[in-house]
Amino acid sequence: MAVKEKIKSLKYRAHQLSDPKVQLEILSNTSENMVKTFAEKLTDDGLFPLKPVSIEVLQINVGYMCNQVCKHCHVDAGPDRKEIMTRETMLLCLDVLKNPAISTVDLTGGAPEMNPDFRWFVEEIYKLNKHIIVRSNLTIITANKKYNDLPQFFKKNEVEVVSSLPYFAARRTDAQRGEGVFEQSIKGLQMLNEVGYGKADSGLTLNLVHNPSGAFLPDDQNELEKIFKDKLSDGWGITFNSLFAITNLPVSRFLEHLFVREMYDDYLVELVNAYNPIAAASVMCRSMISVSWDGFLYDCDFNQMLKLKVQGKAQDLKSFDEKELLSRNIIVNQHCYGCTAGAGSSCGGTVA
Amino acid sequence: MSKTYYNEEDLGKFGEISEWQPELGKKFFDYYGSVFKPGALSAREKALIALAVSHAVQCPYCIDAYTKDCLTKGSDEEQMMEAIHVAAAIKSGAVLVHGVQMMNKAKKLSM
Repeated sequence: MAVKEKIKSLKYRAHQLSDPKVQLEILSNTSENMVKTFAEKLTDDGLFPLKPVSIEVLQINVGYMCNQVCKHCHVDAGPDRKEIMTRETMLLCLDVLKNPAISTVDLTGGAPEMNPDFRWFVEEIYKLNKHIIVRSNLTIITANKKYNDLPQFFKKNEVEVVSSLPYFAARRTDAQRGEGVFEQSIKGLQMLNEVGYGKADSGLTLNLVHNPSGAFLPDDQNELEKIFKDKLSDGWGITFNSLFAITNLPVSRFLEHLFVREMYDDYLVELVNAYNPIAAASVMCRSMISVSWDGFLYDCDFNQMLKLKVQGKAQDLKSFDEKELLSRNIIVNQHCYGCTAGAGSSCGGTVA
Repeated sequence: MSKTYYNEEDLGKFGEISEWQPELGKKFFDYYGSVFKPGALSAREKALIALAVSHAVQCPYCIDAYTKDCLTKGSDEEQMMEAIHVAAAIKSGAVLVHGVQMMNKAKKLSM
């Protein structure tokens, strides 16, 4: 019998996995099949300590509030989360963004559009001539009238839209993201297509994200992209640019899911067995900094959720120091195996 | 703990068959790997065929392995179930087509 899973955030439920320390303890207890820690694996390949190569991307998490409660969410986002970036903190981000080395701003959440200052923030970033990515969950566009014009807003600010659609059919999409999400996502995609997103020569980029809806790794990104393009085009006349295949990391609600299904050990062993040194050399944390809603700096969004701040003194926006950040050691733990499995995984899909 | 003839974890030990006959084991796994590479058929189509055959040969290891492989490669539940129906149709057809042999024999034996 299938186990009925809750649809509130771990934090709301006061679940023990809402505590990053508990998660880290679980991740650190290496299973008997996992002979090496991630740090040891990197050492074998001459990559430890893992060092940054640049800060091309500033990924800003503008809040954990979301209109969806996806089962695999590493942020533990949901309507019951109240952590939201203030305009004051956004101003600090804008200050940091004056640095010409940072070419791309990657806005994420939660649903970033639910931040009351979201539009103002995007417009200010646009004035700085930065490439803007918004990780939009698609259903936000139809969730409320006030969001219906988001496609036009994105277009005006030349935003690259990156949206999760784990599968091209309702069953598996809804199983991961909630009942009715597929139907609303299709409407959102059609609205984006209508203003030119994902259309050839429009210059408006619409990329989709495929997260496996379960305890397995994604397959070849290019092959999946072909299937997605055929199915979405045939079924709903939808077009998009690229598909990013992203591995689920054993963090937060996906970690909970693995425990509920008694798949944790198997999944971790699968990640470890699929370790790819080429992917390890290209992990996204080497070229980005993640900023939390309250202005702290992390190596990536996953480390942010595990409260593993960047090494060194420059740990928040106010003390942002490019030179120091570039000389830091990136903090790794067992969850990092998720970014190095198979063809690797990043916010931009596979890396190897 | 109950003992069974099939242990899930044995699937992960498949490669160990080479320990007692390395040459043939290597040949088999090389061949196996080549068979499942994309060719005239895509890797996804091959996984669906493998899923159907897994049911026909009733191999629990193969069923586990190719269920996961089909999901990974983007096949949906309907396609996976239809593949199994193909196997079932061939299996049941193979039984029923022998009914002709039974009829032939019965007719010969009867007046």
